[in-house]
Amino acid sequence: MPYLGGEEALRDLRRALSNPHVQAEPLRYRAAVLRVIRLMTQGADVSGLFAEMVKAGAAADVVQKKLVQLYVCAHAPRMPRLALLAVNTLRRDCADPSPAVRGLALRGLCDLRMPGMQEYVQQPLLSGLRDRASYVRRIAVLGCAKVHRLQGDAEVDGALVNELYSLLRDQDPIVVVNCLRALEEILKKEGGVVINKPIAHHLLNRMADLDQWGQSEVLAFLLRYRPRSEEELFNILSLLDGYLKSSSPSVVMAATKLFLVLAREYPHVQADVLVRVKGPLLAACTSESRELCFTALCHVRQILSSLPGHFSSHYKKFFCSYSEPHYIKCQKMEVLCELVNDENVQQVLEELKGYCTDISVELAQGAISAIGSIARTYTEQCVGILTELLGLQQEHITSAVVQAFRDLVWLCPQCTDAVCQALPGCEDIIQDSEGKQALIWLLGAHGEKVPNAPYVLEDFVENVKTEVFPAVKMELLTALVRLFLSRPAECQDMLGRLLYHCIEEEKDMSVRDRGLFYYRLLQSGVDEVKRVLCSPKSDPSLGLLEDQTEQPVNTWASEFNTLAPIYGKARWALVTAHQPGEPCYAFSPCTDSGNRGTGSLISEGSKEVLKVHPDTGSLTLIPDVVLTAEQFEKTWLSLDISCQQSLPWVGTVHPDTIQTALHVVHIQTIAMSKAGVQPWKAYFTAQDDSGCLFLTELLLEAEDSGMQVAVKQSEAKPEALQAFMSVFRTAVGAVAGLRS
Amino acid sequence: MISQLFILSSKGDRLVYRNFRGDGGDDVTDAFYRAVTSLPGDQAPVFMAREGQHFVHVRHGGLYVGATTTADTSPFVLVEFLNRLVTLLREHCGTLSEKSVSVNVALVQELLGEMVDFGYVQTTATEVLRSATHGEPETTKAFSLLDLRSVGLFGAETQQSRVAPGSVTNRPVLPPRGEQGGRREVFVDVVERLTVVIAANGTPLKVDVQGEIRLKSFVPGACELRMGLTEELSVGTEEQCGYGRLPLAAVAFHSSVDLEEFEQERVLRVTPGPGEVTLMRYQLAEDVAVPLPFRLLPSVEWEPAGRLRIHLKLRCDLPPKNHAINVVLQLPLPREASSLAQELSSPEQTAELQGGGRSLRWAIPRCQGGAQLGAVFRVQLPPTPPLGLGPAALTFELPALTVSGLRLRWLRLSAPPGAPPGPPQRWVRHLTHSDSYVVRL
Repeated sequence: MPYLGGEEALRDLRRALSNPHVQAEPLRYRAAVLRVIRLMTQGADVSGLFAEMVKAGAAADVVQKKLVQLYVCAHAPRMPRLALLAVNTLRRDCADPSPAVRGLALRGLCDLRMPGMQEYVQQPLLSGLRDRASYVRRIAVLGCAKVHRLQGDAEVDGALVNELYSLLRDQDPIVVVNCLRALEEILKKEGGVVINKPIAHHLLNRMADLDQWGQSEVLAFLLRYRPRSEEELFNILSLLDGYLKSSSPSVVMAATKLFLVLAREYPHVQADVLVRVKGPLLAACTSESRELCFTALCHVRQILSSLPGHFSSHYKKFFCSYSEPHYIKCQKMEVLCELVNDENVQQVLEELKGYCTDISVELAQGAISAIGSIARTYTEQCVGILTELLGLQQEHITSAVVQAFRDLVWLCPQCTDAVCQALPGCEDIIQDSEGKQALIWLLGAHGEKVPNAPYVLEDFVENVKTEVFPAVKMELLTALVRLFLSRPAECQDMLGRLLYHCIEEEKDMSVRDRGLFYYRLLQSGVDEVKRVLCSPKSDPSLGLLEDQTEQPVNTWASEFNTLAPIYGKARWALVTAHQPGEPCYAFSPCTDSGNRGTGSLISEGSKEVLKVHPDTGSLTLIPDVVLTAEQFEKTWLSLDISCQQSLPWVGTVHPDTIQTALHVVHIQTIAMSKAGVQPWKAYFTAQDDSGCLFLTELLLEAEDSGMQVAVKQSEAKPEALQAFMSVFRTAVGAVAGLRS
Repeated sequence: MISQLFILSSKGDRLVYRNFRGDGGDDVTDAFYRAVTSLPGDQAPVFMAREGQHFVHVRHGGLYVGATTTADTSPFVLVEFLNRLVTLLREHCGTLSEKSVSVNVALVQELLGEMVDFGYVQTTATEVLRSATHGEPETTKAFSLLDLRSVGLFGAETQQSRVAPGSVTNRPVLPPRGEQGGRREVFVDVVERLTVVIAANGTPLKVDVQGEIRLKSFVPGACELRMGLTEELSVGTEEQCGYGRLPLAAVAFHSSVDLEEFEQERVLRVTPGPGEVTLMRYQLAEDVAVPLPFRLLPSVEWEPAGRLRIHLKLRCDLPPKNHAINVVLQLPLPREASSLAQELSSPEQTAELQGGGRSLRWAIPRCQGGAQLGAVFRVQLPPTPPLGLGPAALTFELPALTVSGLRLRWLRLSAPPGAPPGPPQRWVRHLTHSDSYVVRL
C-alpha cells in the first residue's frame, strides 16, 4: 500500500518528529506521534521511525507516552537492540512520584516482548508488587505473568508464586482477581492456581467488592474447588444465591455453571437452578443486543437437550421477530422444534407455517425442514401443512417440502400414503439437484403407491441428456430399477433407454459405472436384483439414533458458558480437533440409496456410527492401538470391572458386522467366538488420547437374553468411561437396529 | 481472555487494533473480515472459528467491534464486554461511527489500555476510566444552523427549548477539562419495546412488552437522584395484582440502585457518576391486556390476469393526544410484482416495491391517535393464485408514551456539596418502539 506508508510520508514524519520547534510545542508533538500511530493501525510499515518515537516517549505528556508505548511494544520484538533505548526511559519512569506514570511505565516495560528483558524488569516488578498504589500493584501482578510467558519453559520462581498467593489477600479487588489470573498462567503446567478451602472462602467473601467481570471470573475459578462436606457445599451455594439474580447475564451464567458443577450429585438442586435461571436467560434471549440474544439462545438449546420441556410454556418468546437477522431466526426455529409439546404444537406450527412463505429462501426452507422434524412426533398435522405448502407452487418451497417428505417417510412409515398422494405435480416445479433427488427417490421407493410414477420418471429419462447433476442421474438409475421390480411392464422400455444412455453416452464415470453395475445385476436374474435392492423402506430406529434425547445435565455442565454450546456439538468436535477442513459426517438416510442393499448394511451402519462419534465430545479414541492378546489377557485379569451393562439384542450375532462397526469408532477386536456359538463372547480394546485403556467383554449367553457388556478401565476416569460407553452402545445399537 | 481487539469499518479498514498478548499474526483482521463477508446470509454469526482462533464480534453503527479469544472463555462475558466497550466509546466520543473513532484514535487507544491488560478486563467504570485517561474527545459534528433552533428567540422561552431534541444526548458525557460548567443535564428515558403477533382474525397471539429505564448523566461528580415510579406497579407473584395494577413478570435492577423505598413507595434512589447506565429492566406479565396501538383491516381481491387489489385500512388506537411517527408497513408479496399503482390518503405518505418486487413498503411519517388511514394498492403479479400474502410487519415509534403505562411520576436531584449553584437540567422522556409488530392476513 504505497499511499499509506510511502517514503515521502515517512520522511515528512521523521522531519516533524525531530524538529525542535515541534518538540517544543506539546500539542504539535503529540499530533505528529498520533499520525504515526494512525499509519501503523492501517497496516503501514513505520518501523523506520523507531529512534524518533523512543525519543518522543521521554516527553512529559502522558497521552504521548501511552501512544509511544503502543508503538514500541508493537515493534520491539522485531528490533530488540533499538528497543533497549526505550528501556532506560521506562525504568526511570518506574520511580516517578505519580502512580499513573509508574504504572504506565511498568506496563510498558512488561509488554516489551523480546528476549533478555528479565534482568531489566525484575527489580521494578518486585517493587511494583509492593507499591502503595493499587493501580501499580494491579499492573505488576499481571506483569509477572507476562514475564513468565516471555521466558517460555523456564522454571517457576517459588518466591514469586508465594508473593502472588499472599497478594490474594490484597485489599484492592482487581489486584485479587489479577493474582488469580497471573497464578493460573504461571502454574499452567502444574494444573493452574490451587483453590483450597481458605482461598475459596476468602474469594467468596470478597465477591461483593468485585465488578461483574471480576465476579464472573472468580466464579469460574471456584469451579475447581471441591467442598469437603455436604454442609459446606450448601453453605457455598447459599452464599452464591444472590448472583443468580445479578443484572449482568455473564455473572448469572457463571453462577449457574458453578451451581451445576458443584451440585453434580444433587439432581434436584440442578433442576432448581435451571428453573431459576429461566427468567434471566429469557430476558437475554429477547435482549436488544442481537449478539447477546444469539448467545443466550445457544444456551437455551443446551438446556433443552437435557430438559425438553423446560421452556415449553414460554414458547412464544421464541417466535421470530420481523427484523431479526438470519442467524437468530434459525436458532429460534431450532429451539421451537425442541420445545414443542401437545399443548403448544398447534401454535408453534402455525407460527412456523408463517415463516415458510418468507421472502428469504434460506429461512423459508429452514422453516419447512423444522416442520419436517416436528412431523416425527406430530405426523398428521405436519404432513397436512406441508401438503398445503405444495399448493403455492414455488420452486424453493416445493423442493424443501419434498426433501422433508423423503426424510419423514424413512422415519415414520405410517405417513407414506399421505405423502404419495401429495407428490403428483411436483416434478414440474422442482429445479434443484437436492429436490430432484428426493422426488426421484420417493418415486422409486414408493412408486407402487403413486399411479403416475413411471410417467414422471419417464420425463426425467427423456431429459437425461440435458440433466446437469450427476447425483440426479444416479438417483434416477436406482429409482427406475426399483420401480421396474414393482411395475415391470411400464418401466422396461425406459429402463432400457436409460441404461443405454448411461453406459454408451454418459461422460461422468461414476454414473456410467452405476449403470454398468445395474446392467450386470439385471443379467443375473430378477430374484438376485430383489435380494440386493429390496431392503426395508423405512427405519424408525434411526430416529432414535439421531436425537439421543435427554442426556443428563452432568454431561454438559462443564461446557456450559464456554464456546462449546455456541458451536454445537458436531462443529465443536471439529473445531477442537483443529481439523477445520474435515468434512462433517452428516448422514441423511436417503442421499445414497443406490447401495442400500443387504450387502451394504455394514457401510451404512458405519456411517451412522461415524456421525455419532463427534458427539462424544471429550473422548477421542486413538486408531490402531497395538495390544497383543497376551497383553490384553494380563491387563484384563489385573483390573476390576468399572462398568457393566446389558444391551438389547435379539437373534444371533454376525461377528463381522460388529467388528466393522466397532472398528469405525476405533475400538479394536482382540478375539471373538464364531457366529452361532452359544454362549457367544468377544473381547475389544480401545485407548483414548490420554492413554487410558478401555477393555471390553461382550457376552451373549442365549438368544433373546440381551448382550452383556463389561468394561474395565486402566485409569479411573468416570467421564471418559461414560463417553466410551455411549460410543459403544451406539455402535452396537446401530448394528442391532440394522439387523431387525 | 481476549487476545486481540479490533474495530473495523464496514469496508474492513482497520480503525483500531490492539494485540494484548502478542500471539497470533497481525493479519487477523483481514482473516476476520474475509470470514465475515464470505459467510452466507445477510449477517454473520457472532462467533467464528478460523484456523484455531475464535472470533467474536458485535456490530454497531456499521462498525465491527471484534476480538479473538480462547475457547474456554465465557461467551456472555465476551459479548457483554464488547457491548460495554461500545457504550463507553459512545460516552467518550459522542457518537459511534467510522469518523468519530478515527478522529479519536488516541483516546480510544488510551481507553483500551486502561480497560484491558494482557487480555484481562480490568475495569469498565466510566469514572475510573475518566481519571486514568488524559486525552480529550474531539467531536465530529460540524456547526449547523439547525442547532440554533434550541436557542430562544430574544431570550423568550419557545416551545422548542422545552423539548429536548433526540440528538442532544449524542455528545461526550464528560465536559472538556478546565471547563467546569458545561451543560449540566440528566436524562432519564423510559423506553419500551413492543413485540406483537396478531392473528388473522384480529386477536393478539403474543404481546410482549420489555422496558428499560436508562439514565444518562452529564453532571460531573456524584449527585443523588430519586425518582418515583407509577404506584400501581407490582412485581412478580405479589398478591396485589388486582384491577388497575401494573404487574411486571421480571425486574432486574442495576447494582447501584438503592431499593430501600421501592417496596413501599416505588421510589428508586441512585447516585450516578457521569455516563450512561440502565437502572432497571422489566418485562410486563404475559397475561396483561395491553391496548394495542394499531389495527390493520385488510381486504384482498384477486383480479384475473395477475392483478392483485389490496385494500388496507390502518386504525391508530392511541389516545387522541398521542401520535405515532415513522410508521412503516412492510407487506411481502407472493411473487415478484412488476408494477404498483397506489391510492394513498395524504401526500406525505409513500409506497414502493422493494426486494426486487417481493415486498410492498408503505411509509407514514406521522399518524395521530384515533386516525384511520386507508390505502389501495394494485399490484401486477405473474398469473398464479395469490397464496402466501403477508404477514404484514409494522415498525413505528410512539413518543411520550409507554404502552405498559409505567411512568416516572417525579424526579428529584440533590446537588453535591460544592457544586455550582442552580439545579442541573432534568429531562424525562418516555418512548415506545416496535421491536416486531406482525399482523397475519
